[in-house]
Amino acid sequence: MSGAFDQMYREVILDHYKNPRGHGTIEDPDAEADGQNPLCGDEVSIYVAFADDGETIAEVKFSGRGCAISQAATSMLMEMSVGRTATEVATMEKEELLEEIAIPLTPVRLKCAMLGLTTLKVALHKAKGTPLPEGLAGFDELELT
Amino acid sequence: MGNVVVNTATKLDAHALRADFPIFEQEFHGKPLAFLDSAASSQKPRQMLEAMNRFYETSYANVHRGVYELAERATEGLEHARERTRAFINAPSTREVIFLRNATEALNLVAYSWGLNNLGPGDAVVVTELEHHSNFVPWQYIAKRQGADFLMLSIDESGDPDLSQLEEIARDHTVKVVATNLVSNSLGTIHDLVPLVEWAHEQNAIFVCDAAQAAPHMKLDVQALDCDFLAISGHKMCGPSGIGALWGRAELLQSMEPFLLGGHMISSVRADKTMWGELPHKFEAGTAPMAEAVGLGAAIDYLEAIGLDKIEAHEHELAAYALGRLGEVPGITLYGPSAERRAGVVSFNLEGIHPHDVAQILDLQGVAIRAGHHCCQPLMHKLGVAATNRASFYLYTIPEEIDQLVEGLYAVRKVFA
Ligand SMILES: Cc1ncc(COP(=O)(O)O)c(C=O)c1O
Repeated sequence: MSGAFDQMYREVILDHYKNPRGHGTIEDPDAEADGQNPLCGDEVSIYVAFADDGETIAEVKFSGRGCAISQAATSMLMEMSVGRTATEVATMEKEELLEEIAIPLTPVRLKCAMLGLTTLKVALHKAKGTPLPEGLAGFDELELT
Repeated sequence: MGNVVVNTATKLDAHALRADFPIFEQEFHGKPLAFLDSAASSQKPRQMLEAMNRFYETSYANVHRGVYELAERATEGLEHARERTRAFINAPSTREVIFLRNATEALNLVAYSWGLNNLGPGDAVVVTELEHHSNFVPWQYIAKRQGADFLMLSIDESGDPDLSQLEEIARDHTVKVVATNLVSNSLGTIHDLVPLVEWAHEQNAIFVCDAAQAAPHMKLDVQALDCDFLAISGHKMCGPSGIGALWGRAELLQSMEPFLLGGHMISSVRADKTMWGELPHKFEAGTAPMAEAVGLGAAIDYLEAIGLDKIEAHEHELAAYALGRLGEVPGITLYGPSAERRAGVVSFNLEGIHPHDVAQILDLQGVAIRAGHHCCQPLMHKLGVAATNRASFYLYTIPEEIDQLVEGLYAVRKVFA
């Protein structure tokens, strides 16, 4: 039984959760977006600063609250994104992040794990003026009108 | 006087009742299931499942249509369920009992059908901070659409609305709707609605009661409550999913436009004019959830055979036990009122550990609780959290399950130590 806990809450997940990388905000970011997990009300905001080429991600930070899985996944994502281009990250396959997380995820927890990546992609697409891919459309505009 | 004997006989035996629920025959993650999420939806007794099966096997045809005997039998099944539902809430007439999918649909029906014709600028709809989204969002939406104000009464730590706001609201608005829950699904609070109902009627407002969480746990009486509409969901009270009911005063229902349009809800259709059907059919467009209604009727039979007073007492006892046991866990915050004032619902947080993580680790120990906002985001906002853990109980819940929860919480703390 404790084997099952260890599998899911591996040391590295707990480490990222307790010491999140890239936690904070960026003043005047080049790209930013807010994401919510409607299942639990968790929120994450992501801020990006580009290098002088206007394309390479020089700095990326996140703030918000969430479970260990969503916080650890977002923390890992920050490390994975720095130094890569906006286009690369905006089209990153979710499998790439999942390999990094490397724990068994139920469909509900998959949403937790993907909150940061989805939000980062929305931020990058918005900054670049590229259309949101299917599946992300509407992610940013759920407000009651 | 033989009191002692009577007292033991009046208690519900949850251990024995569990045998009625096939779901408990399984194990999860190698453990017996501690199902502590009945406020989301209850488990189903064999008696109810058998009644639905019997209906399908012996009495099934479309209702209110065929002239053949089988169709009549099906219609009888549906109408008998309506009568059982009427009696369950002590409604004056079955004409006022409308079968719908769930409480959410019932509350939307009132918001749309009553709200669109009766709300306008200067009017106000009043709800509380403790509403389920299904008694919040429809009113927020319809009020906005009609240019009316949407007001929220703030609540205290027990979940009771602050009635000192009422005077100012009455001074500044024409209050048309007061909509609140009778039992909260997130704090478990059992509300005393009398002052709010009286105030609503002084304002000539309608009072809409969301009884989705009350119906499983206590005797309901729409006449004693003196409300104007009341919504329930079958799946929370040992009935099947896909069936709920709206009760409304006949004179209000009669004056309202229909909600859904189509077959069965008409009395005549011509190219230039359609006439609505009689109550309750005017609000039951399309083929009815007839087997589900039969299931709801059987669930009511089941609950009444046990006795709602006993169910209520059992839940108070479990709530008291759970509050005591959970209170021992280091770093726990418990939300809501004292045990006597609550149904079998306990919401809590463990310091520094997100409810998703708590629920996940509990699941691996065979304990099913809910983690999230419980469709009560305004309340979460008030509590200053995104989510809580919620353990909820029902007639089949036993103290051993609460023990399993408490043990599980210690394991959660260990993982995050
Ligand atoms: C207090 C309350 N109101 C309304 C509802 C909505 O019920 P349903 O989802 O069956 O429509 C619920 C169910 O979660 C509830 O607990």
